[in-house]
Amino acid sequence: MLRDAWLVAGRDLRIEARSRVALWQVLPFALLALVLFAFALGPDRATLASAAPGLFWVAVLFSGVLAVHRSVAIESGEGTRDGLRLSGLDPAGIFLGKAAAVALQLAALEVVLWLGMRVLFGVTIRAIWLAVAAAALATIGLAAAGVIYGALSGGLRVRETLLPLLVLPVVAPVLLAASRVWSAAAVGAVGAGESWLRILGPFALVYLAVGVVVYGPLLEAG
Amino acid sequence: MASAVHLTSAVALAGRFPALSGVDLSVDHGEVVAVVGPNGAGKTSLLRLCAGLLPLSSGQGSVLGHDLVEDPAGVRRGVGFLGHAPALYDELTATENVRFVLRAAGLPVSRGAGALERLGIGGRIARTPVGRLSAGQRRRVALAALVAKCPALWLLDEPHAAMDPAGRELVAALIAEASVQGVAVILTSHELALARSLADRVVSMAGGRVSRIFEGQRSAPDDCRDDPGALGAPASGVAARPTPVPTLAGGAHVA
Amino acid sequence: MSMTEEVSAVAMKAMKDHQGEPRPVIDDELHRRLRPRWVRVTGVAGLLGLTATVVLGLWVTPPDETQGNLVRLVYLHPPVAWVALYLAFGLAALSSLLYLWRRTRSLFWDRLAAASVEVGVVFNALTLATGMLWGRPTWGVWWTWDARLTSTALLLVLFLGYLALRRVPAAPEVRARRCAVAAIVAFVDVPIVHFSVVWWQTLHQGATVLNPDLSPTIHGSMAWTLLLGFLAMTAVFVWMVSIRYRIETLADEAVTRSLATALAERWAEDEASGTAPTFGLGASSVPEEVVSATRGDPQMSVGEIVR
Repeated sequence: MLRDAWLVAGRDLRIEARSRVALWQVLPFALLALVLFAFALGPDRATLASAAPGLFWVAVLFSGVLAVHRSVAIESGEGTRDGLRLSGLDPAGIFLGKAAAVALQLAALEVVLWLGMRVLFGVTIRAIWLAVAAAALATIGLAAAGVIYGALSGGLRVRETLLPLLVLPVVAPVLLAASRVWSAAAVGAVGAGESWLRILGPFALVYLAVGVVVYGPLLEAG
Repeated sequence: MASAVHLTSAVALAGRFPALSGVDLSVDHGEVVAVVGPNGAGKTSLLRLCAGLLPLSSGQGSVLGHDLVEDPAGVRRGVGFLGHAPALYDELTATENVRFVLRAAGLPVSRGAGALERLGIGGRIARTPVGRLSAGQRRRVALAALVAKCPALWLLDEPHAAMDPAGRELVAALIAEASVQGVAVILTSHELALARSLADRVVSMAGGRVSRIFEGQRSAPDDCRDDPGALGAPASGVAARPTPVPTLAGGAHVA
Repeated sequence: MSMTEEVSAVAMKAMKDHQGEPRPVIDDELHRRLRPRWVRVTGVAGLLGLTATVVLGLWVTPPDETQGNLVRLVYLHPPVAWVALYLAFGLAALSSLLYLWRRTRSLFWDRLAAASVEVGVVFNALTLATGMLWGRPTWGVWWTWDARLTSTALLLVLFLGYLALRRVPAAPEVRARRCAVAAIVAFVDVPIVHFSVVWWQTLHQGATVLNPDLSPTIHGSMAWTLLLGFLAMTAVFVWMVSIRYRIETLADEAVTRSLATALAERWAEDEASGTAPTFGLGASSVPEEVVSATRGDPQMSVGEIVR
């Protein structure tokens, strides 16, 4: 299963590296969102800094939906869909591989986005390790839930509109928890932040487990 | 030995449409069967059913010893399927695509190079993302992946589509060699004469059922081997002599 | 029996009758099977119960000391919320699980899940609406980011997604599996959503708006009216779900029969012509039977019927 996951993740990342859609479309979109947030909230740096954690995670969430779209598009060609089913790969491995590829792309995006936020909004984070831990758990959770719903809406023509409607309510707790941790981490309130990891951790675990179980049936149902 | 494919009054639905409405068919190992018929006759559906991609709605069916209803995953692992749309990732090169198929199946990656070369995909073409190749070249790459995987049942959906004359002869030669190895081949075609020349038996389909089965005119595989003309010269100028394909020499996994 | 098996079974039957005649979609037998007595009994009981609740709630029970006549919403709002948040979505999750489990897999569970989500969404919206009607005079605002309100709203959106997915056309079994997975995936989110918004409230905003002094004290006739409200709403829910289930079954049945007719027609057509198609070749090597013409394109006529 892990071997298959490794193979699929490598393939997805290689395809993404060749097409460069993540680099030239998703990342600029996320940065654009930051600028738009600033327009909406006004130029006051104190306001921006206090809103920054929430805005950051909203931007990650929307970019995440785009990344999942890309990930699904790889499998949604008529031929490649059949190919995947005929490949002999373990569905659980395919799920883990695809989720890992999305998670890695999101992690890279978060780093760049954070740098942009630092420069544009003037935010600093005191408890770095707390922020990183929360980001890691949140990213895994987002990727897992996203890939499950990606497979659900995979072969459908209405995917573009259906996927956000399905995914965003489900990942709402991630947005909530991750923003709270980052707010806490920004002012160094470690205790308040840590308790939120109790949402992020189980969320990531639950959706990884659900994906491992349901990805096979979903691939069949396609 | 049990036959490679055995279907009894097989009914399959494609979406909400009865694509196969009661098919009886049996194909032995080493046999080449061509399926002909007009558009919508159920040719592709028949191949997809045998590949375990289309669920069997009623009737019985077994492929390579795996039951189509009980163990579709086992069927899928054992067959090689060349569909209308080649199962290739546009951003990856021919070599990478074939390598992915082999690694996914747990087979040695080294088989890929020989198969690609055999199909006339070498050098610069093998290093180009397949999205930039022509339709015929893409089909050759997909066929190379199938040949490298070396399954015991080949399901070829219009293998001649988009192929140049050299490619067509290459397909004929590969089929002939595979059948010597005990591989069962089912292919579809719109060209009756071509189908007859390739196959031991020709199955004519209409309205989702087999309407008639008649003899093919395939020359004995040995004749085919000795006749250099049957192989033709692959597009990239690879030797026309039928060099033994490393993948085929390994023998097919006959269940 | 799976949907597809059912299709071919019906087609076989039609074939044996030797007629491709389309049969009426709803025949007497199906009608009887889908309209059992208890459904009507439940419906009448639910509606009578609701009427009684309204009469008791508006005229018989006394107004509350602090909330006055506003307290009368207590006979409506909690029963609606109970149906929406526990009964409907619990039933949907359970039947989705039973559909996914191979041994109990049957389209019955799929239709039941769909029916209860649909009714649940209506009750969920009613929960929010009655909650807001209550909140405006007591709290002074239509909406507050209270933990309960927030999680109820999120639940509504979650299951609206389910209904959206259901509307995407697909073969019944494909859709059933897809929707069952979606329901399960959404359902495991419910406790996470709940805890996260509760913490969000307590950790972030401090004091909650829900002042415990405002909660009404319940006694005598009020308790009985409230209990009646719960029972009546439950009965109405069961009644609505069973009607929705019937509609869902009839829709599937209509598809099954049109498919079966199409299949039977195809076979009949084959038998009538008894031939294979032409390829426009006319080659001498082709047996004569093969060359003789086919009768039109069967796909067209069948496609039109199914549509």
